[in-house]
Amino acid sequence: MTDMISAGARPVPAWPRRTFLRVSGAGAAALVLATGCSTPTPTPAADPHIIILQAGGQAGDVGVENYLYLLAQLQAAFYQAVLTTPPTDFTPADLGYFTDLRDHEVVHREFYKYALGTAALPTLPFTFASLTLTTRAGVLAGAQTFEELSTAAYAAILPAVSDATLQGLMLKIASVEARHAALLRDLLAPGSFAPNDAVDGNGQAVALAPAAVATALAPYLAPYTLSVANLPLT
Amino acid sequence: MNFFAILHHLADVDPDVLGRFDSRRAVFRSLGTATRRAALAATPLFVGALFQKAYAGTASTAADVLNYALTLELLEADFYAKFLAAGTLTGAASQAGTPLGAITKIKQHEDAHVHLLQTTLAALGAKAVSGVTFKASALPAAYAGQLQVAQLLEDTGVRAYKGRAAELLTTDLLTTALRIHSMEARHAAHIRTMRGQLPWINSTDDLANDPAYGSGVTAATSTVTPFGYGIPAYTAPSAPESNTRQAGLGTAVAIEITTLATPPYAPLDAAAAFDEALQPAEVLDAARAGKLVQA
Repeated sequence: MTDMISAGARPVPAWPRRTFLRVSGAGAAALVLATGCSTPTPTPAADPHIIILQAGGQAGDVGVENYLYLLAQLQAAFYQAVLTTPPTDFTPADLGYFTDLRDHEVVHREFYKYALGTAALPTLPFTFASLTLTTRAGVLAGAQTFEELSTAAYAAILPAVSDATLQGLMLKIASVEARHAALLRDLLAPGSFAPNDAVDGNGQAVALAPAAVATALAPYLAPYTLSVANLPLT
Repeated sequence: MNFFAILHHLADVDPDVLGRFDSRRAVFRSLGTATRRAALAATPLFVGALFQKAYAGTASTAADVLNYALTLELLEADFYAKFLAAGTLTGAASQAGTPLGAITKIKQHEDAHVHLLQTTLAALGAKAVSGVTFKASALPAAYAGQLQVAQLLEDTGVRAYKGRAAELLTTDLLTTALRIHSMEARHAAHIRTMRGQLPWINSTDDLANDPAYGSGVTAATSTVTPFGYGIPAYTAPSAPESNTRQAGLGTAVAIEITTLATPPYAPLDAAAAFDEALQPAEVLDAARAGKLVQA
């Protein structure tokens, strides 16, 4: 599938400062710059490494979309990294699954990018240096972490989406993320599709609020950090 | 015509009236009731169209939606009870890596879902549906056939939850339903893996042509069900699982997913990346869950 490989291998542009101003709320940033230009002692500019999910537009829905877009970007980048240099103990079946997983996340990523239009975050650089990607076990553990994070993130944030059409679309994606998570659990330990840390006493999937998700994402976003302060929290 | 008075009286019989008029649930929920009514009265809408849009095809309350979910959970729980009783599952009940262990665990979840939905309905002061059982004659005699039914039932359940999420207008109830839905998707994925199929719905499935993955109804529909609650009127066939078009945000025009890249994405991937919904009439149709319920 050369089309998929080329889409995933697109070079990642550096974070442009202009884009940071747009996504963070141009008003506040412009104020900082204006102050810096008119006073003799320049005010330090806002940290360009902070990704602020904006609240504007449709009562927070755009912020949620960018939040889920970021998760799709992360997963697509991870799967592409694995497929570019697969661990030597990967089986052909593993490669087949990971190709599909990558393809799904790329579709999710591009769908959100299309839906967001000019409000979309830029392509972010992720780092997987903290993971072991040279062994099957290490790769599966990493994949599991991301799919569980995504599944739990969807479970927490979906009810807060105000547009019914958008919520329905996100629900369709959330369903596939849950399937991904179950598969990755089973690949590492057959039968672990519903482990205790992913399901509660009511047989319900665990939900993870944006703040907890942002904390979990920190090692992979460094030196960038995610601010979810503007998201509608359930 | 006193618009305010109409809304006031409507609110007495339909507590959800204010939520029905606007999709921005989060905004309206954050306002006080009087403010919400004032905001609604100020909106430049023709009153007739307003009420028609709000109530068209929606004869249900939150309790109806939860009872619909409970119906499916009761059906699944009883199916798994019969599956376990058939004695065809090998392995150990405590080892989820074995068929017996996996089905035992899944049944535990379904029982928990039944209990949760019953408790939630009681908290709403609503009567919970009961007595829904799996038609014994619909249980195949051998393990392979039984596992097929398990896959179709789980995948149908996942689609069913999606078909009514939009009707749950409060965050708490929607969260409850969506967290159950997420677990059902994991069940479906595992059973598909047990059957040697991909965990996501796709056109290469050995059961890809089953009505569970299609859409539409095989008989005239009604908003009345045999379970004591109503369902929304059936409109047109939902998107089948082979669908590759998704509605664009803010526009009625759907985007063909394959065209999001050049060269285009494969339809197989575009379809598998999105799980589709089913309307209640389609779920309860004789071609799907309808044939599995003991009359």
